[in-house]
Amino acid sequence: MKTFLVIFFISLSTFVQSAPLRITITEGVIEPLPYAAPTFIGETGASNELANKITELVKNDLLGSGLFREVPKSSYISGIDKFNSPIQYSDWKAIKVQALLTGSVLVSGEKLSVKFRLFDVFSNNELGKGLQFNSTKQGWRRVAHKVADEVYSRITGEQGYFDSRVVYVAETGKKGSRKKRLAIMDFDGANSKHLTDGSYIVLAPRFSPTGERVLYTSYETGTPQIYVINVATSKRTVLKNRKGTMSFAPRFSPDGQSVVYSLEQGGNTDIYVMNLRNSSSARLTSAPSIETAPSFSPDGSEIVFESDRSGTQQLYVMSSLGGGAKRISSGDGRYGTPVWSPRGDRIAFTKQSRGRFHIGVMRVDGSKERLLTASFLDEGPTWSPNGRVIMFTRETQGETGVSALYSVDVSGRNLKKVKTRDGGSDPSWSPLGK
Amino acid sequence: MTKFSLYLCAILIIFLGGCSQNASTPFSTNGMLNSSSSKFEGNVSNPSSIAFFKNNVGDRVLFSIDQSDLDQSGKDILLGQVKWLQANVDYKIIIEGHADERGTREYNLALGARRANSAREFLVSRGIESSRIQTVSFGKERPVELCSNENCYSENRRAVSVVSNLNF
Repeated sequence: MKTFLVIFFISLSTFVQSAPLRITITEGVIEPLPYAAPTFIGETGASNELANKITELVKNDLLGSGLFREVPKSSYISGIDKFNSPIQYSDWKAIKVQALLTGSVLVSGEKLSVKFRLFDVFSNNELGKGLQFNSTKQGWRRVAHKVADEVYSRITGEQGYFDSRVVYVAETGKKGSRKKRLAIMDFDGANSKHLTDGSYIVLAPRFSPTGERVLYTSYETGTPQIYVINVATSKRTVLKNRKGTMSFAPRFSPDGQSVVYSLEQGGNTDIYVMNLRNSSSARLTSAPSIETAPSFSPDGSEIVFESDRSGTQQLYVMSSLGGGAKRISSGDGRYGTPVWSPRGDRIAFTKQSRGRFHIGVMRVDGSKERLLTASFLDEGPTWSPNGRVIMFTRETQGETGVSALYSVDVSGRNLKKVKTRDGGSDPSWSPLGK
Repeated sequence: MTKFSLYLCAILIIFLGGCSQNASTPFSTNGMLNSSSSKFEGNVSNPSSIAFFKNNVGDRVLFSIDQSDLDQSGKDILLGQVKWLQANVDYKIIIEGHADERGTREYNLALGARRANSAREFLVSRGIESSRIQTVSFGKERPVELCSNENCYSENRRAVSVVSNLNF
């Protein structure tokens, strides 16, 4: 699972590309790109089952992005019998396929080897080089996600996000006594696993920049305190704070060495930063108002947070050393849970306005606000590693109300529920797998 | 905390004949210790009982939307709590602050803390030693009423004084 051997093998194509196949992701409406992916060829009889599963999963990833449309297999004029056979471009052009993905799968004992090639049909050209991923059989889902990430990346020119994970709070039980457990899963809901046992409330887990550790808030000792858990070993440690205080809303700094968080003392909540190496902490805000939900800029120089110092919850940006904060939210309503995008150019937030909750994005200076969703209760956005998709919590109303994870493109398109076994809240998206 | 857990465990063994998994983190997990262990609360006719405190004195004060100021009825209830705590000096309280569901998670945690502290400050200003009072916020995590309208929200915006005669 851990390491993937990536082998480039020589492309058969000798054509020079003239007009490369490309989807440019913009804010506007995108016509999904028609592609075909004949079932990957099983190199042996024992390889056929995984060949089918891997082809399906690559398809789920690509279709799930909303950027691709599959041309049905029933309309194929020619098939792909052998991985290295020449491509009959005209057969694919005739059925309006623009991108053709071919692959082969070899299972040998516990080993899995997957090759794929991508073709730009209308320029009679291979797009990029053929690639081979080697893994164990159990790692087949990650291999499929990696193939899909490569396809996405070659066609959009941007990093993919399919080989990634989500840590969240799995919810079961009645609304008034909800059982909340820390859980981790693949971004598509597969391989879900609990990290805590549900005997105490846990809230708002946040991945470290490398995805190995997770910060979260826990009632394990009776008072909300911040813990850091190692994802691989489940070993957890508490970030010690003064007695009589409550600490919550933690996030890592981009270098993973510090944690910015909220600390409440005597009813007043302010923002602090703690150095994880020596446990020293520094206070970044000191106001009688509520200051919480801090999030670092990707370069670590600034922090966006929410405060009700003006009378209602609004968003502010300050230096990561503290000091003068500048308000950036200006619309009507209340703004909370700001999160800096991985590209550094936007801030996602929760907005409450006229009895509805929204997930929205704005530029770092507060301009170009756009609301992406609206419902009874949407909150807590997290960015996909490539900054193109936002996952968040949506809760339905009433006594039977439940929380679920949803995702939406930054363009506002492609809103959908994320598969989880139980209810889910407070997602945090990992960086892309290595 | 450890002392408290052990004590509660002992109580549970006496009354329920067992020490469940929850007993290791009793009030911390759900904020509803009193409601879940009524035998532990004593008889409501005994003015020194926790049952009397809950039913006759009043264990909670309510707040307006996004506010943590006490209104007159809240102050009246807290004055009753002051009297009771002065008459029952072996008892301590944990004040649990809560918010309704119409807010974001982190903000509601901070708001619940403000409410709990508002009640704490009032009790201290009327002479209760601050060492007898602890506060904790549950934000919007533990509503008592589950509907999604103001009838329920007004009951959920609360600070609840949970009494115990234990060290914490």
